[in-house]
Amino acid sequence: MMSKTLDIRVARGKAARRSLPLPALLEPLRSPFVAVTRTLVPPALGIVAFLLLWVLVAQGSGGSLPGPVSTWRAAVLLFADPFYQNGPNDQGIGWNVLMSLGRVGAGFGLAALVGIPLGFMIGRFDFLARMSAPVISLLRPVSPLAWLPIGLLVFKAAGPASIWVIFISSIWPMILNTAAGVRAVPQDYLNVARVLRLSEWKVFTVILLPAALPAMLTGVRLAVGVAWLVIVAAEMLTGGVGLGFWVWDEWNNLNVEHIIIAIFVVGIVGLMLEQALVWLARKASFGEEH
Amino acid sequence: MERYVELDQVGMHFDGKKGRFVALKDVNLTIARGEFVSLIGHSGCGKSTVLNLIAGLLLPTDGIALANGREIAGPGPDRAVVFQNHSLLPWLSCWGNVHLAVERVFGARETLAQLAERTDAALALVGLSHARDKHPHEVSGGMKQRVGIARALAMAPKVLLLDEPFGALDALTRAHLQDELMGIVANTGSTVVMVTHDVDEAVLLSDRIVMMSNGPAATIGDILEVPLARPRDRLALAADPEYQRLRAEVLDFLYRRHARPEAA
Ligand SMILES: Nc1ncnc2c1ncn2[C@@H]1O[C@H](COP(=O)(O)OP(=O)(O)O)[C@@H](O)[C@H]1O
Ligand SMILES: [Mg+2]
Repeated sequence: MMSKTLDIRVARGKAARRSLPLPALLEPLRSPFVAVTRTLVPPALGIVAFLLLWVLVAQGSGGSLPGPVSTWRAAVLLFADPFYQNGPNDQGIGWNVLMSLGRVGAGFGLAALVGIPLGFMIGRFDFLARMSAPVISLLRPVSPLAWLPIGLLVFKAAGPASIWVIFISSIWPMILNTAAGVRAVPQDYLNVARVLRLSEWKVFTVILLPAALPAMLTGVRLAVGVAWLVIVAAEMLTGGVGLGFWVWDEWNNLNVEHIIIAIFVVGIVGLMLEQALVWLARKASFGEEH
Repeated sequence: MERYVELDQVGMHFDGKKGRFVALKDVNLTIARGEFVSLIGHSGCGKSTVLNLIAGLLLPTDGIALANGREIAGPGPDRAVVFQNHSLLPWLSCWGNVHLAVERVFGARETLAQLAERTDAALALVGLSHARDKHPHEVSGGMKQRVGIARALAMAPKVLLLDEPFGALDALTRAHLQDELMGIVANTGSTVVMVTHDVDEAVLLSDRIVMMSNGPAATIGDILEVPLARPRDRLALAADPEYQRLRAEVLDFLYRRHARPEAA
């Protein structure tokens, strides 16, 4: 995964260099300009096209769907005071985002705490792999929200129930990717460990953990993605506070601008989570492309 | 003469999906302390299997394998292995890779300073003091293989096991490392078992050459003594009639008496 993004970057660099049939004198002036153009123009065009489409659809809907301008005005008002608090059902957008992030953090953190060690054991011991295979393949395809009633039944509260849904839906990618990473550790490294008769703990810290780290982080990234996808849906169903609840609440108020803003906020926060983990994974994969 | 490794009627078979595959049958071999023995044979005949049996990475399915008078029950640092593809851990520096072995073998008895000294000494022995902080992907193939040798030597093993250690290197680097290995073995008096498919390498380095027949059910076809005086010089030997005779014997074994079945 990492090497793919690297390759793309290299390829882009090469293309930029090839398409510079400019006089050598201009080159120092021109090449930063060309580079900036190449990196900024296509995304900017994409955004403009998207906004245009939005305007067209909004106008076509005859006013029931707000356009970019009125959404922007609503957003400015909304973000002017993101942390106000008028009782439990009327809070600033900032609180809603933090609540959702908190639940994702709790559910996802618990899933990591359980899933990563479990993945290591399943990857290391064939017996455990065969023991857990039927259960995992049965439970993994279950839609995350199907777990919600069980959570409500057991915890009798909305908060813990949505954390439970996050937990159960984000644990599978972490178990499976960690186990795959451990299973893919080259036999040669394990032979080194056998010749040295390293203790199981040393094998874990010196060989398995660093070797499986990139795969593990892939699992973490997928899990965060799933968790963030699921939280909005779960909160819509459970109510209380959080982005999902806020979307539902604004739907009941028929405040469509706010729903659209919520969609953007969900997208941007998800993007930031993803980027943070990509950055982390790139740090961890140092020196292993060879 | 002290026997260090003893294989007695050793056989090895693998049970796979397509049934049983007999790789080795009735292998008998004794290796004395301080001896340099190479295993030569066509690809797939079972050389690595013999080496892995001595290393303890495989256990024989027939017969007995002894090291230092005791049955080999598994791998251990007294039989250090230099793997064909170096097998260095990419997230550790050259120094860290060697130190991992030093720490494991001597960690209980020595201070941290002594351990670091051993690691430095092992890297110096293979001429890599300057690359101690580099990671494996930052050094050449030859240097990687040298780190692998340093790691094995740093364990102060009773037997050094090398599986085609120079197979992946270019001819010049290979010659250089062969000379270096000869020097190290002369200085340390190590017992060495080396798998190779290179006839010149076998004759140049060995005291005895174990020539293996083709599999399945491969075994030792013949053992050739190499009575050339040490230290050996590759340039002087090139014109030596005794060297030529030994070389011809190995070639005759490999390409006439035990030609590769599909080539025959
Ligand atoms: N773990 C294994 N399972 C099944 N067959 C094996 C295994 N290891 C080696 N063999 C077979 O045993 C034979 C000898 O292998 P090997 O010792 O690696 O040969 P060499 O090192 O001489 O090239 C080969 O035919 C190989 O396919
Ligand atoms: Mg081999």
